[in-house]
Amino acid sequence: MGKYIAKRVVLLIIIIFFVSVAAFFMVHLLPGNPAVTILGPNATPQNEAILNHTLGLDKPLYEQYFIWISHVFRGNLGQSFTTHNTTVSVIKNAFPIDIELIVISQLMALAVAFPMAIVASRRPNRLFDQISNSATFGLLALPPFVITPVFVLIFAVTWHVFPGPSSYSSLTSNLGSNLHDMILPSIVLALGSIVVYFRLLRNDLISTLQEDFITMARSKGLSDRRIMWRHALRPSSVSVLASMGVTIAGLIAGTFVVESQLQLPGLGYQLIYYIGQLDYTVVQGIVLVVAVAIVIINFCFDFLFTIVDPRIARE
Amino acid sequence: MSNVAPALAVAATPPVVEDNVVKKKLGLFFWICVGWIALIVVLAIIANLLPLPNPTFQNYNAPQNAGPAWGHILGTDDLNRDIFSRLIYGSRVSLIIGFLGGAIGMILGGVPAMFSAYRRGRVDTFLNTTSYVLLAFPAIVAVIGIVSFWTPRNIWKITLIIGIFGAPLIFRVIRASTLSYATRDFVTAAKALGASDTRILFKEIFPNLVPTIVSFGLIAVATIIVLEGSLAFLGLSVQPPTPSWGNMLYEGSQLLQGSSGQTNPWLVYFPAAAMFSLLFCLNMVADKLRSYFDVTEVKL
Repeated sequence: MGKYIAKRVVLLIIIIFFVSVAAFFMVHLLPGNPAVTILGPNATPQNEAILNHTLGLDKPLYEQYFIWISHVFRGNLGQSFTTHNTTVSVIKNAFPIDIELIVISQLMALAVAFPMAIVASRRPNRLFDQISNSATFGLLALPPFVITPVFVLIFAVTWHVFPGPSSYSSLTSNLGSNLHDMILPSIVLALGSIVVYFRLLRNDLISTLQEDFITMARSKGLSDRRIMWRHALRPSSVSVLASMGVTIAGLIAGTFVVESQLQLPGLGYQLIYYIGQLDYTVVQGIVLVVAVAIVIINFCFDFLFTIVDPRIARE
Repeated sequence: MSNVAPALAVAATPPVVEDNVVKKKLGLFFWICVGWIALIVVLAIIANLLPLPNPTFQNYNAPQNAGPAWGHILGTDDLNRDIFSRLIYGSRVSLIIGFLGGAIGMILGGVPAMFSAYRRGRVDTFLNTTSYVLLAFPAIVAVIGIVSFWTPRNIWKITLIIGIFGAPLIFRVIRASTLSYATRDFVTAAKALGASDTRILFKEIFPNLVPTIVSFGLIAVATIIVLEGSLAFLGLSVQPPTPSWGNMLYEGSQLLQGSSGQTNPWLVYFPAAAMFSLLFCLNMVADKLRSYFDVTEVKL
């Protein structure tokens, strides 16, 4: 167990190192160089040289990387040269919105997928199972960028049940209205996760319900309900738990899409805004933070998984 | 290897067509989906030959934001362009990026995977570890980062980036699949006959991988199309006025925000329906093929 965790931690560090290198070098994909982008119409050779010197861009690349990464470790991700906000303050204001979206959407997905899988697995291949299978299969073809505009059109523009874009109020200022804003984007994000959780849990439940210990429990005369809740559900939820890290990481693009459509000022919205401004420091900072967050979320779920099912670490 | 006879018997039957090939049928729905994908592909290819108005032509004689009518069967957008024509031309972006990106991923990931799984050794250990590290790397963030900095954006750059980032996953799938065949008796037999490694890989092992490649490849294509659509929706794919289904949805959704005081539901419904139908059919075809060829996750 200890050895396994040590191995994972080493891997985590290696991956985070690569992520930071990638985030650092991305800037060098900019046509010309950052100085040209920052100066815009003022880009004379002299100005460029001066700016390159102040930004430290005339130093060798590896030295630039170490300067940058040492700043990152001290919590300094640079400053926007268009809005003059620090990258850290942008991220600090935006990140809670993404976390809220992801938490609400995952709760929704689990709340739908679990009952559905429990009912479906009782009688596999019967009507309810078939309907829920086909319905979730259809959801696979409805990624956020397809379903968000349709939902906004139906629920916000036509029926006015949910607020449309540009009405966001923050969690601390107005809780009720904040949650109201969050329902539509969370439903959109939950749809994709429902498929994953439903399928995994349904398949696992069906195979668990055929195990000997379930037959044993049945022969003791326990009720179906008790067997399901006390005996079958726990061993069957392991793969749902295992898939959560990957599923959440897969929501990132979707989160960006709903945020930019509904103008929720989360990381995705900020990222797209600063990309539009060609404000490379902020973009670099957001990319780094999101990527590291995903890597750490995956790591945590892996870790949780080994606690629930210790066999994994032994393999 | 105490009992050779059953192993030989298994090796003698082609692994693809196992027991009940007669019972398994692809079904009518499968062929409807294949037909729909084929129709979209054909229309995309012959778009220039069809009597369609230019997709970027702002025809001021046509109504603005109109619903379906004769002359413009799916209506027009806010710049008086024909939605049907834009849909047909726009499918090119999804199809090219989806299929070409998938092919790039297959070549970059699949070919090394076959050699790696067949030869094993240090190279395999190295490539395998690398693919783990790359898979843990949040590809979507990297793709957004690269696409946003590597301007001007065009369809080929995006195809290349997505293809490269798809390679590690494809590597894992093809490697696992190759591994399950590399130790089979028909491979040993071919080796004993003195066949070269390349010959064994391409003549003996490769044909067995085809079902996996096709069904997993279609899933990869669908995933890439979703990724491109998301990028387009964020304004990070092909630049307007070139139509793509993703940027049409984006334009439609911008009109919902009321900033310009217009709403055009058709510019949301039609691209959404087109995207849904294509993705649904790709998923359906892949799923049916997978159960038809019995490519299960366990085997991978």
